Amino acid sequence: MNDAAVVPNSRRLAPTSLLAPSVTMLLLWMIVPLAMTLWFSIQHYNLLAPGRHAFAGLANYVELLTHRALWIAMGNTLLLLGLILATTVTFGTAFAVLLNAEFPGRQVCRSLVIAPFFVMPTVSALIWKNMLMNPVFGLFPWFTRSLGIGSIEYFSRAPLLSIVAIVSWEWVPFAVLILLPALQSLNPEQVEAARLDGAHGFAIFRHIQLPHLLRPMVVVAMIEMIFLLSLFAEIYVTTGGGPGLASTNLAYLIFREAFFAWDVGLASAGGVLAIILANVASLFLMRMVGRNLQDAR
Amino acid sequence: MNRSSKITWAVALLGWAIALAMFFPIGWMFLTSFKPEIVAVSTPPTIVFSPTLENYSAVLRRADYIAFARHSVAVALGATVLALLLAIPGAYSMAFHPTKRTRDILVWMMSTKMLPAVGVLVPIYLLWRDLHLLDTIFGLIVIDGLSVLPIVVWMLFSFFQEIPSVILEAARMDGATLFGELLRIVVPISGPGILATALLSIILCWNEAFWSLNLTTVKAATLTVFTASFSSPEGLFWAKLSAASTLSIAPILVFGWMSQRQMVRGLSFGGVK
Amino acid sequence: MATIELRNVKKSFGVQQIIQGIDLKIADREFVALVGPSGSGKSTLLRMIAGLEEVSEGALLIDGVPVEHVPPAKRGLAMVFQSYALYPQMTVAENMGFNLRLAGVPKSTRDEKVRAVARVLEMEALLQRKPRQLSGGQMQRVAIGRAMTRQPKAFLLDEPLSNLDAGLQAQMRLELVRLHQELNTTMIYVTHDQLEAMTMADRIVVLNNGRIEQSGTPLELYHHPATVFVAGFIGAPKMNFLQSEVAIVTPREVTLTLLDGGSLAVPVPRRKLAEGENVTLGVRPEDIVVDPEGEFPGQIEIIEHLGAWSFLHVRMGRGTKVVAVAPGDRPSRAGDRLRLRLLRQRLHLFDKSGMAIEDPIPGGGL
Repeated sequence: MNDAAVVPNSRRLAPTSLLAPSVTMLLLWMIVPLAMTLWFSIQHYNLLAPGRHAFAGLANYVELLTHRALWIAMGNTLLLLGLILATTVTFGTAFAVLLNAEFPGRQVCRSLVIAPFFVMPTVSALIWKNMLMNPVFGLFPWFTRSLGIGSIEYFSRAPLLSIVAIVSWEWVPFAVLILLPALQSLNPEQVEAARLDGAHGFAIFRHIQLPHLLRPMVVVAMIEMIFLLSLFAEIYVTTGGGPGLASTNLAYLIFREAFFAWDVGLASAGGVLAIILANVASLFLMRMVGRNLQDAR
Repeated sequence: MNRSSKITWAVALLGWAIALAMFFPIGWMFLTSFKPEIVAVSTPPTIVFSPTLENYSAVLRRADYIAFARHSVAVALGATVLALLLAIPGAYSMAFHPTKRTRDILVWMMSTKMLPAVGVLVPIYLLWRDLHLLDTIFGLIVIDGLSVLPIVVWMLFSFFQEIPSVILEAARMDGATLFGELLRIVVPISGPGILATALLSIILCWNEAFWSLNLTTVKAATLTVFTASFSSPEGLFWAKLSAASTLSIAPILVFGWMSQRQMVRGLSFGGVK
Repeated sequence: MATIELRNVKKSFGVQQIIQGIDLKIADREFVALVGPSGSGKSTLLRMIAGLEEVSEGALLIDGVPVEHVPPAKRGLAMVFQSYALYPQMTVAENMGFNLRLAGVPKSTRDEKVRAVARVLEMEALLQRKPRQLSGGQMQRVAIGRAMTRQPKAFLLDEPLSNLDAGLQAQMRLELVRLHQELNTTMIYVTHDQLEAMTMADRIVVLNNGRIEQSGTPLELYHHPATVFVAGFIGAPKMNFLQSEVAIVTPREVTLTLLDGGSLAVPVPRRKLAEGENVTLGVRPEDIVVDPEGEFPGQIEIIEHLGAWSFLHVRMGRGTKVVAVAPGDRPSRAGDRLRLRLLRQRLHLFDKSGMAIEDPIPGGGL
């Protein structure tokens, strides 16, 4: 942090007023919709039945929590989160270590690896759905058929895993984007000292590079979690949540309730649950991280 | 010597294999956009063909594509400008006049992003409906701008922090007012950082799908909506879809490549240099 | 004209009081050095004068006008920062002309003034360069040049030379003294280096823990330090301090018993000493002579050879260590045994609270 110079009276007002606009806007952005969601969640409010607006208490929550669909969706949400985080962090680290090595053309390789992150999620989904995984025209089935293994309908047989594949492809580059520079910022003298102490290859990775990467890995995990809990576009474009509920996550479920069933009350209750889930997940992650960071010291 | 050069070759091979594998889907789509439709859907897939620009011209002739592209540009730029206008003073205040509260405020700002968008989908939809902001560019700009605001603030904050406060004191001694300090010193010095932040914001807004899909239909729909509408394949138009998709992602890809280093500096909150 | 006056100025950061109540008058055209260890408050004091820190209590006057609430730019002062604080995106010329630009001075006049200052500092060739293309010494010059274009009533310099290497420091010290003579403007110079203060200043103010220990000319501080702190701070190598007890008091001399063993007769000081009183005896290394007839035997532990001089680190009697200065060509080796004599006229006595016991009455003593 910069040393805080005490500011003469004439300027003391200014910093607060500078901060005010952004803070106010975010406050409004958070509080107003949040309050509305909470309010709606305890109402019977269906846009298809506009007259029958009534107080519902916890009825929506009860309905939701007893509905099989909610639990499936929550499970899917956590499953998606866990699998994608695991995949992206693992492969991200591996790729970062690889790209950290000196070899001809590695800058170009880095740009190529990073590219998927900048692609629109809808386009990513389309590429995978139509060009790669499409049972008739897609490349993957063509490839496996030529090998004689036959092909499967990815989105019907393994909808969740297909989505994990797509989203991981999109986010591994993000992990590389953060982890590679972190790796490069490692003091080369540390590595040299380790070499002199007799460490090679994997030992260097385990004892020098990995601890150094722990903090950026946490950054990656936290940012990914923020975006992945609301994963939506890829499901919308590929499976539409199906078959059945197999690839429906909480975000898609709420979307369905809000726009297909027009049940505002139910959808709002779902929203509240999504918020609770988000907070629980982040607490869990922080605790896990906290423990790991302790060990690393 | 021999062993290490063999290792370098193995590493190089692996590196290139992975890079090409990761880029493959994009590259393949790019290739397909130059194929005539019939070639595009043929199996086995062809690599050698005579390229054509007919797909691109077909896409660019479509009025709705042009409209959607315009909307994407408007929303991305508008939201970015909004976010910057709100964020620059805020980040300045936190970087150069920090208080005990500053750390807390920053964490709180990031925590607002933890609020899953879906959690407020319903009220926002209803609110927007009542405010007549549904399917408007302005409505989308406000949402995207606020969504991206915490990230913009955080990135600007970390860039501003790199400016030694002594320089601002020197400016104060030289007679600069608060506004003058901002304009003449902070902004020019952190120019590249502000640019990278703006680029990241543009990228995030351009690629934003959740709110675009839910809050717009025709009049303000962006390219994300356009591409999503083709989720059910309809046979003989993949080459054109590839062309449209390539056009949709090309500028962002270029932006991303151009600014990758600067973006990382800001995103990792100084934890990574 | 620029006199600067501080009346009972105090400064607190929260509950911590950094400056405890300082009274200081700086006359026009004076070169005053504020010296002290880290944390003594010298930089804070300078920054308060500049207006970069608020005065918690007390009065700050420039030319008799209270300026506690006047913004820094309007006080007519200019500051040279320790890290130079040049604007990285501007050229040297733009850096130096920035304050003029903010004041609305037209470009042609600005350019003239900048060029004039550049000429004085001999850096006309650097005018179009950017700070990142400059060496440390050059950046220092630009920082000074930027201050000069303001034509201030006083220059405030915050450890400007501490980031330069030793050779450059020595050179810049002379240049700053020359500059002061040429510009004939008040300069307030903060440093932790007593050498800089001694060689450059008309007057030195020694600060410790937010208070002024002593203020005076360099030689006054050297010959008549008011406290143990000042005595130990000014002069290098550091003054030797020997703990002793008053043994015998006679009208002609006082005998002290050194805690280390041995006794010494010293001239009678102005204040009466009581028998048994604890007294700290201070003697500078340059006032200790190697003398085969000296009273104190010892053994050399380490010798620092500087060429013209050697610093002998001697272990005496019961383990007390003193440093003595000997001519450089004196043949000595670590381990040599020798005898030391303290020059009686150059001894300093301090009471148990660290205050100097006043100098002997002239004519009294041995």
